[in-house]
Amino acid sequence: MTPEEDTERKRRQRSRNLVMGGVLLFFVALFYAITIVRMGD
Amino acid sequence: MTQTVPLVLPADWRDFFALTKPRVMSLVIFTGLCGLLAAPGSIHPVLGFAAILCIALGAGGAAALNQWWEADLDAGMKRTAKRPLPAGRMQRGDARDFGIALSVASVLVMGLAIGWLAAGILAFSILYYAVAYTIWLKPRTPQNIVIGGGAGAFPPLIGWVAVTGEITMMPVLLFAIIFFWTPPHFWALALFVKSDYAKVGIPMMPVARGETSTRRQILAYAVLLVPIAAAPWFIGGTGMVYGLAALALSLAFLALSLPVAFRQTGADDAMKPEKRLFAFSILYLFALFAVLVVDRVLVANGVTA
Repeated sequence: MTPEEDTERKRRQRSRNLVMGGVLLFFVALFYAITIVRMGD
Repeated sequence: MTQTVPLVLPADWRDFFALTKPRVMSLVIFTGLCGLLAAPGSIHPVLGFAAILCIALGAGGAAALNQWWEADLDAGMKRTAKRPLPAGRMQRGDARDFGIALSVASVLVMGLAIGWLAAGILAFSILYYAVAYTIWLKPRTPQNIVIGGGAGAFPPLIGWVAVTGEITMMPVLLFAIIFFWTPPHFWALALFVKSDYAKVGIPMMPVARGETSTRRQILAYAVLLVPIAAAPWFIGGTGMVYGLAALALSLAFLALSLPVAFRQTGADDAMKPEKRLFAFSILYLFALFAVLVVDRVLVANGVTA
């Protein structure tokens, strides 16, 4: 693996991790909100 | 002896996003939202948001599974050759797993947050698109667009059922409107965009049955669309604003399909009637569903009957 390819691999992994983290946080917030709303039904 | 192992970089997250066909998803979200807003009763905004999100995720999952299955076909067509799988930017198994994960997550969240009837219809719509349409019928019959239109027709039905919790005549009619709208919409496009579906063995109507037959079928669906689009008003499910708008829009659709039905493509044909019908078909669906929501707001506030 050339240094350029290694840099690209790390960049892609980092951006995927960030997106995945953001998606998980979003679902935590969504499930919290859904739970609060459903408890009030 | 050394062996060369091909370097496989992890796919970019944008390629996963592209697998969900975001442009198609915008129409899915719009019609799903209109079904949800036009339904009698009310839904908490958080639950409404969750329902639309699940519809969008389910559509994205089905689109990913469609591209996983059709990767070889996509590679053979100019329009689709740059998609993540045929372009080699992603492993095929990753697309399959991503599609399954999105589909399962969307159905589970829909079931837990909204109800299992809406979740069941969502699961059925995903299977219908990914299996019945993509795998089974698309390569086998020139009626594939008619069948595929069924998959696109589910969002307003699911949106409506998310609010009411039951299947009644109204959401079935919303399903029928998109079902009967899809063939003339797509075939108008197929007449002026020379696709290479034939090259990869997919029997699209203009190639499989010929141009004349396709043009006559466009007219037949446009005729059927007039009573079907106005039916929500006839059965008392909407007010007059929707009814009159539906009739006006559908008659304009029919009027634009007439010149398409009774002509033949000539040499150096600009295909203006076909392009006009296709452009109007998009406006038609957006306008019809927007008026459905406006009508519901007017009736709910006692402005119209």
